[in-house]
Amino acid sequence: MEVLEENISFQVDENGYYGQFGGAFVPEMLHPNVEELRTRYLDIMADPGFQAEFNGLLRHYVGRPTPLYLAKRLSEKFGTTIYLKREDLCHTGAHKVNNTIGQILLAQRLGKKRIVAETGAGQHGVATATVCALMGVECIVYMGELDIERQAPNVARMKMLGAEVRPATCGSKTLKDATNEAMRHWINNPADTHYIIGSVVGPHPYPDMVTRFQSVISAEMKTQLKEQTGNSNPDFVVACVGGGSNAAGAFYHYLDEPSVQLIAVEAAGQGVDSGHSAATTALGKPGVLHGSRTILMQTEDGQVVEPYSLSAGLDYPGIGPVHAHLFQTGRARFLSATDDEALKASFELARIEGIIPALETSHALAILDRIGAGKDDVVVAGYLYEVSLIGCQLSVIRFFNSLIQN
Amino acid sequence: MNRIEKLFASQPSGNLNVYFTAGFPGVGDTRRILSVLQESGADLVEIGMPYSDPVADGETIQLSNQQALENGMTVRLLLEQLEGMREDGITLPVLLMGYINPVIQFGIERFCEKCAEVGVDGLILPDMPMDVYLNEYKAIFEKYGLLNIFLVTPQTSEARIRQIDQVSSGFIYTVSSASVTGSQSGVSDNMEAYFERIDAMNLRNPRLIGFGIKDNVTFEKACRYAQGAIIGSAFIRVLQESQDLGTDIPDFIHSVKANNHAGIDV
Ligand SMILES: Cc1ncc(COP(=O)(O)O)c(C=O)c1O
Repeated sequence: MEVLEENISFQVDENGYYGQFGGAFVPEMLHPNVEELRTRYLDIMADPGFQAEFNGLLRHYVGRPTPLYLAKRLSEKFGTTIYLKREDLCHTGAHKVNNTIGQILLAQRLGKKRIVAETGAGQHGVATATVCALMGVECIVYMGELDIERQAPNVARMKMLGAEVRPATCGSKTLKDATNEAMRHWINNPADTHYIIGSVVGPHPYPDMVTRFQSVISAEMKTQLKEQTGNSNPDFVVACVGGGSNAAGAFYHYLDEPSVQLIAVEAAGQGVDSGHSAATTALGKPGVLHGSRTILMQTEDGQVVEPYSLSAGLDYPGIGPVHAHLFQTGRARFLSATDDEALKASFELARIEGIIPALETSHALAILDRIGAGKDDVVVAGYLYEVSLIGCQLSVIRFFNSLIQN
Repeated sequence: MNRIEKLFASQPSGNLNVYFTAGFPGVGDTRRILSVLQESGADLVEIGMPYSDPVADGETIQLSNQQALENGMTVRLLLEQLEGMREDGITLPVLLMGYINPVIQFGIERFCEKCAEVGVDGLILPDMPMDVYLNEYKAIFEKYGLLNIFLVTPQTSEARIRQIDQVSSGFIYTVSSASVTGSQSGVSDNMEAYFERIDAMNLRNPRLIGFGIKDNVTFEKACRYAQGAIIGSAFIRVLQESQDLGTDIPDFIHSVKANNHAGIDV
């Protein structure tokens, strides 16, 4: 375990930075909206009425707390003790809804009448469409053309929930491009629209706001671990990082507990050096992406590189600024898993625990043998979603068919 | 005095600022377009540094950025192409416009030094936050004599407009409507009310109105409320469709400036 400097803060500072990362690098067209959010989000979130409504919905609508499940056979296999935080059992099937519930309540208090969002895997789009249906608010979701194809079941869910799904046809036609389009939409509709970003990315205050909404994950983990093991701190917390919202939520209450090793897992795609990867910290450099100073994959000329991952939720060339800071300070260790490793891990979990994980989560499961967890250690991993709910991710179906054929 | 300041001092109205993307339509077209614009009567130019993810731009400028990048345009190449432009008789003010990441990767100080060397007068970096400018970059920009241009929009509060006026020089880029570039809405009555509101603020800096300015009618309208206007997407469309830049550019500029009494305060 690395020795950390004592006085490093992992919270956002009053200017919206995590160390050197963060800030609000937005054109003037977005400034009033972002500024309104910045000046009001903490007060709104601290309001007892907001808290009551948020917690009530998390409990009765989302189904929180989600179980912390001791995965016995998985633990046996890795010779350690592994708990899975079952975010797949959230309403809509992933952690994304924790954030969208928070943001829709906030948008209402800001007097916004419409919602725009981006989505990669479609989970955030579904979670956004869901809360918009719940509140009777118009919802537009931008999604990369490629993702619309590979995540077709989620497109159908969004439409059924009444959202309009608009394709992003530029660039790599994935999450980055959907994010660009959602930002343009917000520029064009500044007065009545709120932009529900789906991860801990974007200009300040989004990374902090989304982290706070997702922090319920580690708040529950602490209580549940205490109940089940007598100690609220595990030795390792492992989470996949696309933009990094599930990881930020899972790490949050452990940031200042140096005995807890935080492991972030990025998507290596076909391999970190294959030219088809989304392993941001391995391949990226500091710069500005989608409104914040962070680490991103880019050319020498500062052009954003089109990432690649089989998993649409991790197919993003940046990470949230909080993760750039955790990486730079060494507070979190960043590993990566390839498409193949993630797919193998997903089949393995399905066969030994009876849980079909999301392809995103499978990246976190794929590196469990690499973190150095011993037999006395407690590892919490997870954030799964049950694909059987929605049919199956097409990419998994294709992989499965190829397995059968061979 | 910087060329931009000189221009507004000597010609306080009817200024036409033309935006084009460096390296578009061809990677080697930058200097030629610049010269033809000067000959055709543009009063200042804004050269866009292409970026892979231009979030404040509509489809026309997005596509020109993408094309320019495919053509191989980079910040380094652009600065090389601009070398010697002043010696070759380019006298109009030249601004570089672009998203901040490529500039950061080039190195802010090295970028400013190069800009000064080749004779660039000002910068427009729409996603550079004001606090970052004031705390980190202002001193460097000033060292190299580069004016930093800020944007205001219909949503910008009066207090912020005043603040922007205090910390800017050159001119204030008045964005006509809540939109990305290339909106087709023209100049509406709403916009005119907003232009009037800003005009009545008696700002220190001249103002140029941009976004949605595309022809003589919209240009003239904008000029009634400001010291001039900026044409971007409409000019990019001319470049896109042009068979002969040498005639299409002057034809377009003349059509926009027809009836315009540049230099005469109307
Ligand atoms: C189940 C699941 N996990 C993780 C992610 C990645 O997002 P983040 O890194 O913000 O948690 C996604 C994104 O769609 C997802 O659906």
